[in-house]
Amino acid sequence: VDKAWKELSNILSGIFCASLNFIDSTNTVTPTASFKPLGLANGTDHQLLRYAVLPREVVCTENLTPWKKLLPCGSKAGLAVLLKAERLFHSSYHSQAVHIRPICRDASCRAVSWELRQTLTVVYESFYSGQGKKDWSLFKMFSRTITEACPLASQSKIYVDISAKDKEKELLEVTPSPTSLHEAIVQGEKRTYAVYDLLSPSLFNTSRSLNVQLKWKQPQDSLELSTPILHAHRYVSGYGLQTGKISTLIYNTHPYRAFPVILLETVPWYLRLYVHTLTIITKGKENKPSYIHYQPAQDRRQPHLLEMLIQLPANSVTKITIQFERALLKWTEYPPDPNHGFYVSSSVLSALVPSVIATKEVDMEQSPLFTSLFPSSDGSSYFMRLYTEPLLVNLPTPDFSMPYNVICLTCTVVAVCYGSFYNLLTRTLHVEEPSKGGLAKRLANLIRKIRGVPPL
Amino acid sequence: VVEGLALLDLGVSPYSGAVFHETPLIIYLFHFLIEYAELVFMITDVLTAVALYLAIQDFNKVVFKKQKLLIELDKYASDVAELIRTPMEMHYIPLKVALCYLLNPYTVMSCVAKSTCSINNTIIAFFILATIKGSAFLSAIFLALATYQSLYPVTLFAPALLYLLQRQFIPVKLKSKSFWLYSTQYAALYLCSLVVIICLSFFLLNSWDFIPSVYGFILSVPDLTPNIGLFWYFFAEMFEHFSLFFVCVFQINVFFYTIPLAVKLKEHPMFFMFVQIAIISIFKSYPTVGDVALYMAFLPVWSHLYRFLQNIFILSCLLIFCSLLFPVLWHLWIYAGSANSNFYYAITLTFNIGQILLVSDYFYAFLRREYYLTHGLYLQRQDGTEAMLVLK
Repeated sequence: VDKAWKELSNILSGIFCASLNFIDSTNTVTPTASFKPLGLANGTDHQLLRYAVLPREVVCTENLTPWKKLLPCGSKAGLAVLLKAERLFHSSYHSQAVHIRPICRDASCRAVSWELRQTLTVVYESFYSGQGKKDWSLFKMFSRTITEACPLASQSKIYVDISAKDKEKELLEVTPSPTSLHEAIVQGEKRTYAVYDLLSPSLFNTSRSLNVQLKWKQPQDSLELSTPILHAHRYVSGYGLQTGKISTLIYNTHPYRAFPVILLETVPWYLRLYVHTLTIITKGKENKPSYIHYQPAQDRRQPHLLEMLIQLPANSVTKITIQFERALLKWTEYPPDPNHGFYVSSSVLSALVPSVIATKEVDMEQSPLFTSLFPSSDGSSYFMRLYTEPLLVNLPTPDFSMPYNVICLTCTVVAVCYGSFYNLLTRTLHVEEPSKGGLAKRLANLIRKIRGVPPL
Repeated sequence: VVEGLALLDLGVSPYSGAVFHETPLIIYLFHFLIEYAELVFMITDVLTAVALYLAIQDFNKVVFKKQKLLIELDKYASDVAELIRTPMEMHYIPLKVALCYLLNPYTVMSCVAKSTCSINNTIIAFFILATIKGSAFLSAIFLALATYQSLYPVTLFAPALLYLLQRQFIPVKLKSKSFWLYSTQYAALYLCSLVVIICLSFFLLNSWDFIPSVYGFILSVPDLTPNIGLFWYFFAEMFEHFSLFFVCVFQINVFFYTIPLAVKLKEHPMFFMFVQIAIISIFKSYPTVGDVALYMAFLPVWSHLYRFLQNIFILSCLLIFCSLLFPVLWHLWIYAGSANSNFYYAITLTFNIGQILLVSDYFYAFLRREYYLTHGLYLQRQDGTEAMLVLK
């Protein structure tokens, strides 16, 4: 499996122009409980699973271009026309994903085909327009509009969330008018979506291009976002370059339901975790996890892996802390800017969050988007995977300009020892024979005679 | 050790990570004693001091007997009366040794830090006591325990063997049969007890994992945490190409002084033991101040060498200053961020030079006293002027 993993990471690195080839055994772990195969799989042996994160890499234009090339129409037609790099990267959050899984080709599942799912997530700051209003349009966001649908696509749709908080219908307005409306229960809330079907001929009748616009009827002074039921925050504390502490805070804001969450932490080997300092405190009392899997790190070979199943009581904050010690690395193991620090990848929280509103079973054929983005196995809860913040820790650095000096000085000290011991061991004490005077002594005596001082 | 116990409780082998490097016997010892950890370390320090006291008491008797024998055999020159040691002056030496160990700030620091170095010191002290009492069996067992804990006391095999041979009045000649017989007996006892202890640890944890974690760790120096030794910075700044070569060189450096010292000091095995312990604590891969405390405890035994020491004032000042500067520069580097690792490294260098020069100074003084004892104290040259001694 490791060989296949290495080949996969190298191939993906080549395809996406990403530095995925830095994935090796020092940042790969084998989680036992956090991830389950999403498609058809013969067995669920977790030994076949590999998980790696490269926290130092960022997504950039070079990754977007090959990602776009994987789309059937490329960036020439369809929705991908909007994806131009200079506007996309002018955002607060940017994320690209490629998911591949085996699925049944038809209902009887006699043949298996591969499903490729590509997602791009961008979060724009809506106040960039400068007028304080949160109106947006496709042209403002992407500086482009959609001219035609991709001819190779079987479905091409735009969904705009027009859910109204207080059931007042006239808070916002989308133009042009949508082809249809769609309602779904997403993450425990009922949401309404305006659907623009790009393949329907009625959409491009009036104008050659489609520019979806949303205008707020009344000015919104404050944005009220409901707090999600599960959210988390992670930070590193401690002072100095010797020790530190990683703390994770997990919030369960559900008013009356408790649910378990699996926490997966991957910490690089140079932060030596001490598992006897692991404490989990909920509402002031200690909370014992029902399942712990801890794989300690090995120097330069394998990172720490900590997986725990923690029960979160209703309406509570759980604090998980673990202390670590920072290691001194060899001078070649430091990245180009060593005082920037080292990144610790995000921890993963996986949970089946109970939802307030019962979800109804949705067929995959009808709305493939929603079932894959917001999966739910039964009506009462939905699955959520949360990633915490990556951390930046500093390690003590040696002086990088000094390798030759260090070698010389240390070898000098060893040579002092060797020299004095050699002298003492191989030479014996003798009474000094009076020397008849070397050249220097005769010269000194001559000078003394001239001066009138008694000779040596 | 606490981390190892926690890992054991979780069901994971303590050696699967890179944090725990102690032997399985220590895990099992502390499994029962973890509640009373402070008391345990205080008791080990007291035991070490008591062992050293009894050992030096016996040793003084042996020294005095040997001196009397040599005087009767007329081996000493005529005017060395002031160099002869009297029981009066030797009376308080064992007490001084015990106090020197207990009150040494290094010992106190390692007791407070609850470092397992105190346990190593106790085992070595018991080994010295067993050797001086003449019991080859106990001495082999304690030496095997000490080697099992940290690899380097295997070099103490040579001084212990020389001492026991001297005690049995077997001369050290390569052709003598009794010499080889006794040596093989002692070596067999030592190796057997070592094998027994290692197999016992295998059965305690049901795996051989501890061997690479404990001994591989000591020999290959993978962890570069700064300590008071020379090697952490050396390997941190090493070119990758040469790291194996230099690891081998540094490990050989600890072991290779044994044979030449054995040849030179075969009449004086206790001094050999002292120099060997000092060399181990300077050049071992992860030295601690507890190791320094052990050989410094022996300095009162050689207090009669004081008049021949050349640099003792400078060296003691150097050692005191370095010990005071160590925590200061560590704090400046790690916590305040206003100093570099070079500052701490420089103090490491000077501290080790101080230690090396201290040991070689004592060695020189010892050799000089031996010379004076056999050749007379007031040496005169052929023309009657006062003579100077040089090493040639």
